[in-house]
Amino acid sequence: MSIEDLYSEIVLEHYKEPHNVGEIQSPEIFAKGFNESCGDDIKIFARVKDNKIEDIKFLGKGCAISQSSASMMTDLLKGKSINEVKEFIKAFNKKITGEENFPEDSDEWFELSALKGVIKFPIRVKCASLAWHTLAQGIRDYENKLIRRNNEQL
Amino acid sequence: MLDVKKIKEDFLIFQRKIKGNNLIYLDSAATTQKPIQVIEAISNYYRNNNANVHRGAYTLSEESTMMYENARQSAAKFINAKSSESIVFTRNATEGINLVANAWGLEYFKADDEILLTQMEHHSNLIPWQLVAKKTGAKLKFIYLDRNGELDLSNLENLINEKTKFVSLVHISNSLGTINPVRDIIKHAHNYNIPVMIDATQSVPHTFVDVQELDCDFLVFSGHKMLGPTGIGVLYGKEELLDKMPPFMGGGEMINEVHLDWADYRSIPWKFEAGTPNIAGAIGLSAAIEYINSIGKENIEQHGKRLTQFAIEELEKIDGIEIYGPKFNRGPLVAFNIKNIHPHDVSTILDEYGVAVRAGHHCTQPVMQWLNVPATVRASFYVYNSFEDVEVLIKGLKKTKEVFAGVY
Repeated sequence: MSIEDLYSEIVLEHYKEPHNVGEIQSPEIFAKGFNESCGDDIKIFARVKDNKIEDIKFLGKGCAISQSSASMMTDLLKGKSINEVKEFIKAFNKKITGEENFPEDSDEWFELSALKGVIKFPIRVKCASLAWHTLAQGIRDYENKLIRRNNEQL
Repeated sequence: MLDVKKIKEDFLIFQRKIKGNNLIYLDSAATTQKPIQVIEAISNYYRNNNANVHRGAYTLSEESTMMYENARQSAAKFINAKSSESIVFTRNATEGINLVANAWGLEYFKADDEILLTQMEHHSNLIPWQLVAKKTGAKLKFIYLDRNGELDLSNLENLINEKTKFVSLVHISNSLGTINPVRDIIKHAHNYNIPVMIDATQSVPHTFVDVQELDCDFLVFSGHKMLGPTGIGVLYGKEELLDKMPPFMGGGEMINEVHLDWADYRSIPWKFEAGTPNIAGAIGLSAAIEYINSIGKENIEQHGKRLTQFAIEELEKIDGIEIYGPKFNRGPLVAFNIKNIHPHDVSTILDEYGVAVRAGHHCTQPVMQWLNVPATVRASFYVYNSFEDVEVLIKGLKKTKEVFAGVY
């Protein structure tokens, strides 16, 4: 594992020109994440329609790992249902911590597997996971809000 | 000139390899490495003398008490305190500040009193005052930074006034390297009889700090940032002020006579040392002081200055680098960023060369807000660092730029 493996072309491309950067006005899902060890922060916005992520954007400053991870994440999750997203986040967390391997021949995981270098740098796993943990928190808040709303209607 | 090669031999950690490279340790402002003399002093104490202090009339207890109290004397001498009674052993500088903020602040502050700090304080000299201000209704005031990262003292006449009840500030900034004119500020505050505390955590390891010359009322530092072990620090206080403060923590060791409903406390400094203290830590600190004295503070200060100046000169040659803090007259550290490359990425790539630097906010988030950056890279130097270490750092930074070539 060399430093070039960690900072692969895919990671650097996404860092240079991250996808889906911006804000969504009055989003259904919104969460702020903070990495205390480096002071990085991220905001994630998502528009939900028919229980699907219709649009997702992020804002934040951070390292190449956290920014590229957020960029790839938003690319991949657009169009997925909330349940699919929750499963995907779980799967990502297992892979980025080394608990499971990144699938070798999956188009979906091809770009994300560029992040697997961080497994060797435990302190950087936090960077790769920041966007994912933040989105997971946003989904929890969103679902709790739905439950509360349903209860009120009952 | 320091014989760095010889000094390095005393630090066994430099025998290990980091990813196949020699360790280049440039994070002494966070914590220093420990020489074998300190490690052995601690180990010998546990092997030969270990017993609790200030109790028991047996040989070991007498020995450990004597060693612990000798360490206090050596700490007092190190900062030229009048007496060892003015030296309170704490866990670290943070605990010393919390002790004074609570014991002094809760006793003497009232609503609308003012506590004067600076914009460049470490969180350890900010949060304790926020907590005490919340409890007492006192207000926090700040000396802000000027463009160079130095304190803007033009408004000091207004900032220190009859409402001001305490001043607490850092001697050398851990994130900018700024050396503050603490003696002038102390003098000014004393015109209004306001006590001043100095956070000397970054200065005591590098330069001769004389509490009588400074005339500070309190001063704190940490052992682990000056070759000593973690978990031991010093609070210096003028005896008459320490006497005026109630205890911070209660327990064994700090009492004379105890009844179910009242107790009589011991005199200073023991009044502030509840519970079994860090005996081995104090002995380790004393060995660290001895080691520093054997090299000589003047030599250490000169060495730090030379390395920092060299580092700044070399860093300035790198395109796209931004160096923070005053250009001249600074402590032995340099904080910087490379354009478009996050400090965490810089630190990860430098680690591949065995170079340990700090990337982050350095526990000074308000300074990062002032710089308008999320974080910085910081290289800090001590007695075991050589000019070659700086060269390896520069090489690593050039490699970092290569890795990020497409981005930069």
